[in-house]
Amino acid sequence: MASILEIDGLKKRYDSGHEALSGVDLKIEEGEILALLGPNGAGKTTLISIICGLVNPSSGQVRVGGHDIGRDYRKARALIGLVPQEIALEPFETVWNVVRFSRGLFGKPRDDAHIESVLRSLSLWDKRSAQVRELSGGMKRRVLIAKALAHEPRILFLDEPTAGVDVELRRGMWEVVEGLRARGVTIILTTHYIEEAEEIADRIAVINRGQILLVEEKARLMARMGQKELRIELQHKVDALPARFADQGLELIDDGQAILFHYDTRGDRTGIASLLSELAGEGIVLRDISTRQSSLEEIFVGLVSEDAA
Amino acid sequence: MNWTAIYAIYRMEMLRFGRTILQSFVSPVLSTSLYFVVFGTAIGSRIDQVEGVSYGAFIVPGLIMLSIMTQGISNASFAIYFPKFIGTVYEILSAPISFLEITIGYVGAAATKSLFIGAVILATAHLFVDIEIAHPLAMVAFMGLTCLSFALFGFIIGIWAQNFEQLQLIPLLVVTPLVFLGGAFYSVSMLPPAWQTVTLFNPVVYLISGFRWSFFGLADVPVGLSLLAIAGFTLLCLGIIWWIFRTGYRLRD
Ligand SMILES: Nc1ncnc2c1ncn2[C@@H]1O[C@H](COP(=O)(O)OP(=O)(O)O)[C@@H](O)[C@H]1O
Ligand SMILES: [Mg+2]
Repeated sequence: MASILEIDGLKKRYDSGHEALSGVDLKIEEGEILALLGPNGAGKTTLISIICGLVNPSSGQVRVGGHDIGRDYRKARALIGLVPQEIALEPFETVWNVVRFSRGLFGKPRDDAHIESVLRSLSLWDKRSAQVRELSGGMKRRVLIAKALAHEPRILFLDEPTAGVDVELRRGMWEVVEGLRARGVTIILTTHYIEEAEEIADRIAVINRGQILLVEEKARLMARMGQKELRIELQHKVDALPARFADQGLELIDDGQAILFHYDTRGDRTGIASLLSELAGEGIVLRDISTRQSSLEEIFVGLVSEDAA
Repeated sequence: MNWTAIYAIYRMEMLRFGRTILQSFVSPVLSTSLYFVVFGTAIGSRIDQVEGVSYGAFIVPGLIMLSIMTQGISNASFAIYFPKFIGTVYEILSAPISFLEITIGYVGAAATKSLFIGAVILATAHLFVDIEIAHPLAMVAFMGLTCLSFALFGFIIGIWAQNFEQLQLIPLLVVTPLVFLGGAFYSVSMLPPAWQTVTLFNPVVYLISGFRWSFFGLADVPVGLSLLAIAGFTLLCLGIIWWIFRTGYRLRD
């Protein structure tokens, strides 16, 4: 399948001299949900803004559906819907009018039925005649989504969609996202919450200081996360493990003072109980045991601090 | 040309106009009436006629010009400054449309409002004085071009302005004085010769003179020159806007 979004060597240096993106390469496949995960100031918004035409790149290339965002901006942008990080809406207009406006702005012929279905899917239908300024913050955010969907984009960008959003609205938002994915819409969302990336994404790209550190299937990242580590401190130092433990994934560390055992928490049996009794059977006396899990958070923090070093 | 997008912008702007229609209607009617009371009655009682035209009628073209110039600037500059200010400009910049389409949408709407106001003032003036229009087609053309070029100019100011003071600065410090000194309420020939020469450097003189000619067949400067001046101003504004969108000046980082 062709990539719907291809980014090559994208750099951005703002007029202030700050380099917000230092060479980003990324390919996104049609129909996937990609979470762009990174701390504040990582360059997420800058990346999205360049793709959508709000910020001029310093160098590099971006193609949307095969169309260059500079030379072929009309075709490229027609495919994109953007939900910005900050709420920005015309306050004195009605919900219906601002959403209808968005569709027209993208050159699509008027289609009241489509706008109605978008408003209904976002539970905004009852508010269609209300002025935007009368709405709550959560509703305003939904209006932003409705605007982005008004022209039936193939790719939807959600820049920190859950910032300041309550649990219920968040769930509703994920339902909408799932519905869009079912219709083949590609979704790219930025977040600095790991749980959020976990919850919704197919793939996760970790970005920090203007660079993509990792792009991986969420499932594989989760598999790494599923790994747990059992650390067994020994009463007495041993020189080597008895031969019968050779193929059990044990590791002797700390000059023979401790043993590491890796296991998968999602397996039916972890093998901890039998390991412990076997160790006792060999006359190895335990002093202490502890377990730890390598979470996505840990992977993320590790990547980010490696990058900073 | 993406006419659907142009119409979307135009319609949104006209909706805003519609929400404030009363204000848009009442304020020119009121200010025109005030001008007639002050200038037409107070001054008109001393200046009987200017070159064979009653003073009350003589100031009508200048009054209309004054309003459509200032309204054109303020409507168009606000139209683009406001989205920048509240952040909704993101949508305009992310849409698959060219600078020309954006400009036509916003400037077209601002010019339409100015035309409407110009027409309201003309109708109001008609209640106070008899006006016969010598060259109606030329009158409409001058009025249309002035609405258009000053809306373009306002659009540039709106993009350039980074705060409300800057938004007000040029209209207040440059345009209003130029219009008042541009022969809105007097004929340039009434000035001492030295001032007449100075006045010729004021571009607004050419616009008002041409417009007045279309009413009374009287002009301070040749009509051709007036037409040239306004066409030149329009082209200059278009050129600047083209440059703005090509470079992203104050719109795209
Ligand atoms: N208009 C701008 N001018 C100068 N620097 C900017 C501008 N916008 C963002 N930056 C800087 O670029 C970096 C990346 O910002 P941003 O893309 O907003 O990050 P994120 O969305 O990941 O929080 C930050 O250090 C930020 O301060
Ligand atoms: Mg951001």
